Amino acid sequence: MTTQTVNQHDAHAHDEHEHHDAGAMKVFGFWVYLMSDLVIFGSLFATYAVLMQGTAGGPSGADIFELPLILVSTFLLLFSSFTYGMAVLAMHADRVAQVKGWLVITFLLGAGFIGLEIYEFHHLIAEGFGPDRSAFLSSFFTLVGTHGLHVTFGLIWMLVMIVQLFTKGLNDKTRPRIMCLSLFWHFLDIVWICVFTFVYLMGVL
Amino acid sequence: MFGKLGLDDIPYHEPILVVTAIVMMLGGLAIVGLLTYFKKWKWLWTEWITSIDHKKLGIMYFLVALVMLLRGFSDAIMMRTQQAMAAGGAEGYLPPEHYDQIFTAHGVIMIFFVAMPMVIGLMNLVVPLQIGARDVAFPFMNNLSFWLFVAGVALTMISLLIGEYGKTGWLAYAPLSGIQYSPGVGVDYWIWGLQISGIGTTLTGINFFVTILKMRTKGMTMFRMPIFTWTSLCANILIIASFPILTATIALLTLDRYLGTHFFTNDMGGNMMMYVNLIWAWGHPEVYILILPAFGVFSEVIATFAKKRLFGYNTMVWATACITILSFLVWLHHFFTMGAGANVNAFFGIATMIIAIPTGVKIFNWLFTMYRGRLQFTSPVLWTLGFIITFTIGGMTGVMLAVPGANFVLHNSLFVIAHFHNVIIGGVVFGMLAGLTYWFPKAFGFTLDEKWGKRSFWFWITGFYLAFMPLYILSFMGAVRRMQSYANADWQPLMIVAWVGAVLILCGIACTVIQFIVSIRNREKYADITGDPWDARTLEWSTSSPAPFYNFAHLPNVGSVDAFWEAKKEKGMAADKPTQYEDIHMPKNTAAGPIIGLISIVFGFALVWHIWWLAGVGAVGMFVAFMFRVFNDDIDYYVPAAEVERIEREHHKRLEMQA
Repeated sequence: MTTQTVNQHDAHAHDEHEHHDAGAMKVFGFWVYLMSDLVIFGSLFATYAVLMQGTAGGPSGADIFELPLILVSTFLLLFSSFTYGMAVLAMHADRVAQVKGWLVITFLLGAGFIGLEIYEFHHLIAEGFGPDRSAFLSSFFTLVGTHGLHVTFGLIWMLVMIVQLFTKGLNDKTRPRIMCLSLFWHFLDIVWICVFTFVYLMGVL
Repeated sequence: MFGKLGLDDIPYHEPILVVTAIVMMLGGLAIVGLLTYFKKWKWLWTEWITSIDHKKLGIMYFLVALVMLLRGFSDAIMMRTQQAMAAGGAEGYLPPEHYDQIFTAHGVIMIFFVAMPMVIGLMNLVVPLQIGARDVAFPFMNNLSFWLFVAGVALTMISLLIGEYGKTGWLAYAPLSGIQYSPGVGVDYWIWGLQISGIGTTLTGINFFVTILKMRTKGMTMFRMPIFTWTSLCANILIIASFPILTATIALLTLDRYLGTHFFTNDMGGNMMMYVNLIWAWGHPEVYILILPAFGVFSEVIATFAKKRLFGYNTMVWATACITILSFLVWLHHFFTMGAGANVNAFFGIATMIIAIPTGVKIFNWLFTMYRGRLQFTSPVLWTLGFIITFTIGGMTGVMLAVPGANFVLHNSLFVIAHFHNVIIGGVVFGMLAGLTYWFPKAFGFTLDEKWGKRSFWFWITGFYLAFMPLYILSFMGAVRRMQSYANADWQPLMIVAWVGAVLILCGIACTVIQFIVSIRNREKYADITGDPWDARTLEWSTSSPAPFYNFAHLPNVGSVDAFWEAKKEKGMAADKPTQYEDIHMPKNTAAGPIIGLISIVFGFALVWHIWWLAGVGAVGMFVAFMFRVFNDDIDYYVPAAEVERIEREHHKRLEMQA
């Protein structure tokens, strides 16, 4: 490519002819990414199902899960999905200040969820029920922890978006990103519902 | 400070490795020296390393793949030499510990760092051109994928000089690959090399899936796409659906090795067969990721050189789609001996045999395309003919392996080795070499020398049969895979025949190298002025060779399969001169891809050697580099119409001069 051409003709995002809608394509690509991420979770769920019985004389799910705590964190996450939805509505209405506000609230709810998860993990490890205790605990920590890691990445992403809203505002670069993060956030909510149902509820039953 | 890394980890007491290290360093120094002498560093950085041009990325993928082919083949000929020597009590020249690393590295390198980059490189070079697009959907991500792949290659090569490589076989079956039985860093190199390059591959899969679905030119419906694009689409679907399983599986093995979890251990409730199931749930689709694009290449080659429309276009598409789905339903045939029971084995055995049906459909389609065509026996056609015969034999031995009863005898024997080399060399390697010869002019503007191409083919195919047919026979005599030495001296003559075959393949590779040299020297004579040297059928041949960086001055309009061919027949000429040009929107080059790739090498290396602070620095470094990209809005530009006109005028002038 001619470098000269590049320098002489900087022109961003003016009209488009014969050129595809980049924002829509990004969101579509992100959907495809989410499907591949779902395969990772699928593999971890399958692993959990196989290794669930492998307690090796250690505790089973019924012995260690504290449902009230999990219920609180579940509601934190579900409610954060709702607040993120409000952020997207505000974005469609072009209200930047409101978008920032809802993102901050969502961030706090997500951080609360992670805080409770860290508390739960720390508590279990302190009691001697860490991931190295048995295959069941290995797969439990990995499945739940992978979800938690995703939420953490979502939180970092959310911080970046809040910064970008201050520096760039809403434009055709930041809008698709907020949409993609929205997909990511709701996706993690759905995965969590599966974790809550299959790991915690069925574990206690 | 340096984790597990110490001076003892540099294998200066092993002469083979020391020589390899010296050769590698001299080679590296020579390249650095040449680049400095000719003042090419800036050119290398701006034109190649930071390039987001899919054609250049395709070329770079192929370049790395060819270099790694030399490495993987060195491993192969070392193993053949060892087995030709180490009979009846003789120990050969490779101790078991070294031999085990070689067969592991050979498998990993040939699949991940030769076959995969060839397939992905060809997709990069060809798919956007075939669908009439100016680039892929996510050009930056495409560059990043490449550099993550290079990081995987680099980690694997570093293992040669610092530490060791896995001694577990290419899929690192647990619990052998667990910390208890493999306490060294070999498996860790395997883990991080594959994890990093595997993420790059997943990103490529997403990128090309979106590109093919969203960026086709006007009028190109799904059933007007060229077959190579179809097979690439299916291969990318397989990547998206299967590579995350590899990512998850390797991550679990990592946890077992680093945090003492019990996924695949013998004790504490772990389940080693879980590993084997997971790895093959990825591994079987993986072989179709490799072979489907090769099928696409053969389809393009045979239709072009038979001067006929591909026979049974629709059945070809549906056969590809069937194989895509079936590839997820057969993973258990890799371990019938697991003991899942007769019913489970019967299901997977039958599912495996069913794959032979759509594959057979394809074989007949190629045969009928040739039938009554005016077949030109160019080297791509020779590779295709060699493929049809060799792959059919390989397919039949595959069906034999799919019979669970027979499989209990053949499992882990040389029969398996002979079978999969039969389909991978006969299918993927022949396909990629055919594709390389076929699309080379589109990448570089001149064709490859036919004489040396044909010599390469004849060496490869005779070498292949000599190297692998004896293994089928040996397997019936009881020879198993991965033997450093064997007691039965009766096997030795056939082992020597196999060694001769490997030497012939070496001659084939040498012919390809000579072919490049001869072709580059004669590039004026072999220049492709028209952009359509084979009188071909699909859109990539409608633009000049090498294609301009924006691919098409005007996006073409497509009304049928082989639209370019139809246009040529109607108007009698390939390129009609447009009167007006427009500004073209293009992405800018980016330094973020290579920088993240480079840091990921440091990151992986630090994790291999448990240098935690360095791993932390690497992780932060990658994040910061990525943030620089995210906060940079200066990522695209417009090529002015006048510039497009100038480039196109030059091409038309050359055309007229030739006429």
